[in-house]
Amino acid sequence: MSQPTLVVGNVNWFRFASPQAFYPLAGAMIPWFAWLAAISCAAGLYVGFFVAPTDHQQGESYRIIFIHVPAAWMSMFIYLVMAFWSGIGLVFNTRLSYMMASALAPTGAIFTFIALWTGSLWGKPTWGAWWVWDARLTSELILLFLYFGYLALGAATDEPRRSDRSCAVLALVGVVNIPIIYYSVKWWNTLHQGASVSLTSAPTMAATMFAGMALMAVAAWTYAIAVSLHRVRSIILERERGADWVAQLEGRP
Amino acid sequence: MNWDGLAGFLEMGGYALYVWGSFGVTTVLITMEILFLHNRRRAAIAHRGGDRR
Repeated sequence: MSQPTLVVGNVNWFRFASPQAFYPLAGAMIPWFAWLAAISCAAGLYVGFFVAPTDHQQGESYRIIFIHVPAAWMSMFIYLVMAFWSGIGLVFNTRLSYMMASALAPTGAIFTFIALWTGSLWGKPTWGAWWVWDARLTSELILLFLYFGYLALGAATDEPRRSDRSCAVLALVGVVNIPIIYYSVKWWNTLHQGASVSLTSAPTMAATMFAGMALMAVAAWTYAIAVSLHRVRSIILERERGADWVAQLEGRP
Repeated sequence: MNWDGLAGFLEMGGYALYVWGSFGVTTVLITMEILFLHNRRRAAIAHRGGDRR
């Protein structure tokens, strides 16, 4: 099979589809994203705790929003990216795509758990219940189980290349859950409130509250990118163990 | 400034359990993920030898 090519601006972008070419590129990108994450997190926490005012209805409990909303966004977005790489892997049979998908899953699961956990701690003082079987909460819980299923399927065999395709199919089937989570607050009469931030209208919250949330969202994004690039590098080393180029990394700082 | 000293900050207007329960568990999970990542990388490198960083 000949190598696919995609030449834009004298660069064949498919070159980076090879783990060997992507490994150093990912390594060079990690510090940038990690620093961006650390700086935006520090700024977001400062704005969230010291600039944003007390909410006149919810008091200080609303400050959970600075974690809850970015984590919930990431839980859905990471799944979409995971499904995207799974689809690319199934179509082009590129090994790196499967590695990218599996590098994203643990981080996606963590963000999903954080969204559920912080939601529960926010629900108790505002709704009076740690948990309700509301459409938004239930579909987010299903998302957590989808991540667990994906991870368990990937761990079920010692030969990862055999499980790549079944994991990819699972990721693609589960993607129907994402619009269900996102639109659940519109489609059903949920206890969970509707979106305070949307692409089509101004946010319905104080500007400083929104600023804190936006900074924390940037932190969550850049953290997720840094962490999954770091993880994909380990996955590349694990899977390409026998390759010449991996052996030749020896002695390099 | 929102807070009346450190005690007021920690008290979180009576919502300390909920707010610190959220930020605390998130911090623990993020820290654990970073530790696991470094262990995984160390193991991957040890398994093939070389490239320490």
